[in-house]
Amino acid sequence: MARESGNEDIQDKPLVEARGLGVSFGAQTVLRDIDLVVPRGQTLAIIGESGCGKTVFLKTMIGLVAPTSGEMLFDGKNLQQLSEKELTRQRIRFGFVFQNAALFDSLSIEQNVAFPLRQHTEMTDDEIREVVLARLSEVGLAPDVMPKKPAELSGGMRKRVGLARALAMNPDILLYDEPTTGLDPIMSDVIGELILETRKKHPITSVVVTHDMRVAQKVADRIVMLYPVARLAGDEPQILYDGEPGRIESARDERVGQFVRGEAGVGDQGSGVRGRGSNGTN
Amino acid sequence: MNAATANAEPRRPGLLLRLLGAGADAVADFGKLMIDWAVAVGGMTIFSFRVVGWMLTRRPRRETLLPNFYQVGVLSLPVVALTGTFIGMVLAVQSYVQFRVMHLETRLGAVINMTLVRELGPVLAATMLAGRVGSAMAAELGTMRVTEQIDALASMGANPIHYLAVPRLLACVFMIPSLTIMADFMGVAGGYFYSVHVLGIDMHYYFVNSEEYVGSFDIFSGVFKSLFFGIAIALVSCHRGFHCDAGAEGVGRAATTAFVYSFVIILVLDLGLGVFLDAVYNSIWPEGMKMM
Repeated sequence: MARESGNEDIQDKPLVEARGLGVSFGAQTVLRDIDLVVPRGQTLAIIGESGCGKTVFLKTMIGLVAPTSGEMLFDGKNLQQLSEKELTRQRIRFGFVFQNAALFDSLSIEQNVAFPLRQHTEMTDDEIREVVLARLSEVGLAPDVMPKKPAELSGGMRKRVGLARALAMNPDILLYDEPTTGLDPIMSDVIGELILETRKKHPITSVVVTHDMRVAQKVADRIVMLYPVARLAGDEPQILYDGEPGRIESARDERVGQFVRGEAGVGDQGSGVRGRGSNGTN
Repeated sequence: MNAATANAEPRRPGLLLRLLGAGADAVADFGKLMIDWAVAVGGMTIFSFRVVGWMLTRRPRRETLLPNFYQVGVLSLPVVALTGTFIGMVLAVQSYVQFRVMHLETRLGAVINMTLVRELGPVLAATMLAGRVGSAMAAELGTMRVTEQIDALASMGANPIHYLAVPRLLACVFMIPSLTIMADFMGVAGGYFYSVHVLGIDMHYYFVNSEEYVGSFDIFSGVFKSLFFGIAIALVSCHRGFHCDAGAEGVGRAATTAFVYSFVIILVLDLGLGVFLDAVYNSIWPEGMKMM
């Protein structure tokens, strides 16, 4: 009984929590005073235009980017304060699907998917091969891709391999960075379906960073919209919308509606053009 | 009122003020240069400590070591051997005329071999390594940085310095002595071939003189220096790759600066280590001062 209540406590604790999070690169502030809680099991989509800090936020979650103010907690722990060993232990609980898959060029597809298993487990070659085959089949890839190098695959196939690699260690949380960028609409929809299927098979927490509204609305339980700090007025919060996907079109802030409908925004055009070109990291 | 203000010509500052302004700009530029330099040296130093720290605390995996040893050592051998041979022959060509005037042609072996084992062999091997391997390392790691492969490594709990930089450093440190010995050997062979078979110098005296002047310490000093060159090449190239700017231009710049910085450091180290090794030699064999 006591054990059950203990598990409930863990279940109630958020998996990811940002407290007053700020990130700056030199004089440029990318994230400002972000407070955000991601409960376990939720699929959160973070949307916003290029340069608003979505990817930086995602990389802060896994400790690839250090916050300049505030803190980012994963399962109650601040990754920046962990020892190398503990950080590694926490990081293998994440699966990160990179924007362009970030597969290792010099390794075959099989070696790419097997990489985290070889790093962190004592599995035999045969056991690893079995897991690789299972993960590749889960993302809809045939075993004949295994000996190929990433350069021999199409963009969509590389994204699938990236997802298979992220799933290899049975993570607690999956982070997707622009999973549909650079893909045609059909392939984007296929990747959206894949995210949904993955969620059905592995009931885990997911954070999807995207500017593709169709994908966000298709996969997410909750949508958060970030806005570029440079274009915020005064102390305005950087999160313009935080709520259910179904209600985003009726959001009070006009800028949210403009983004959802894909409109440039008449009053904001000049600054919009400046803002979009000013930052490569989104 | 506004029109009058708009039409009024701005007053040009006096000559003294302009000179002062230019002087202040020069001081500011110099200060910025110094700060940038200090930041770069500081960054490089911290990076080096991290690489050495990882090297000492955790053994790299075999599958990361062997490809780097092969790339740095085996694949560099032909080009080092070829350039070594030609340098040996060029030394013979250039020295022959001067030595013939003094009727000292048979001493050519001593000069060529001493120059090769002490200076040209290690510097040549290091230069070829910096050009062939250092630039490639910087470009490869830079591409991995730009395409987020280094982030991917970290996200999967593999430390990028341990996984990428340590094997490259070890490969350079362990392989450069072999490359230096190869450059020495091929240079000696090239110098011998040209002196004896083309210029017609007596083989017996060529080698007797060579043996008289070139000792084990000379060969040791060349190989010893090469170890430091290898460390410098690996650290500089990995640092440039890890801190590569975005895009193709950033990768290109990382590859170029890796070679340029490595080459400058090789020459500075060569001078410093040359002076140090001479002092060591003189303290061990105070009576054994050499003629060459």
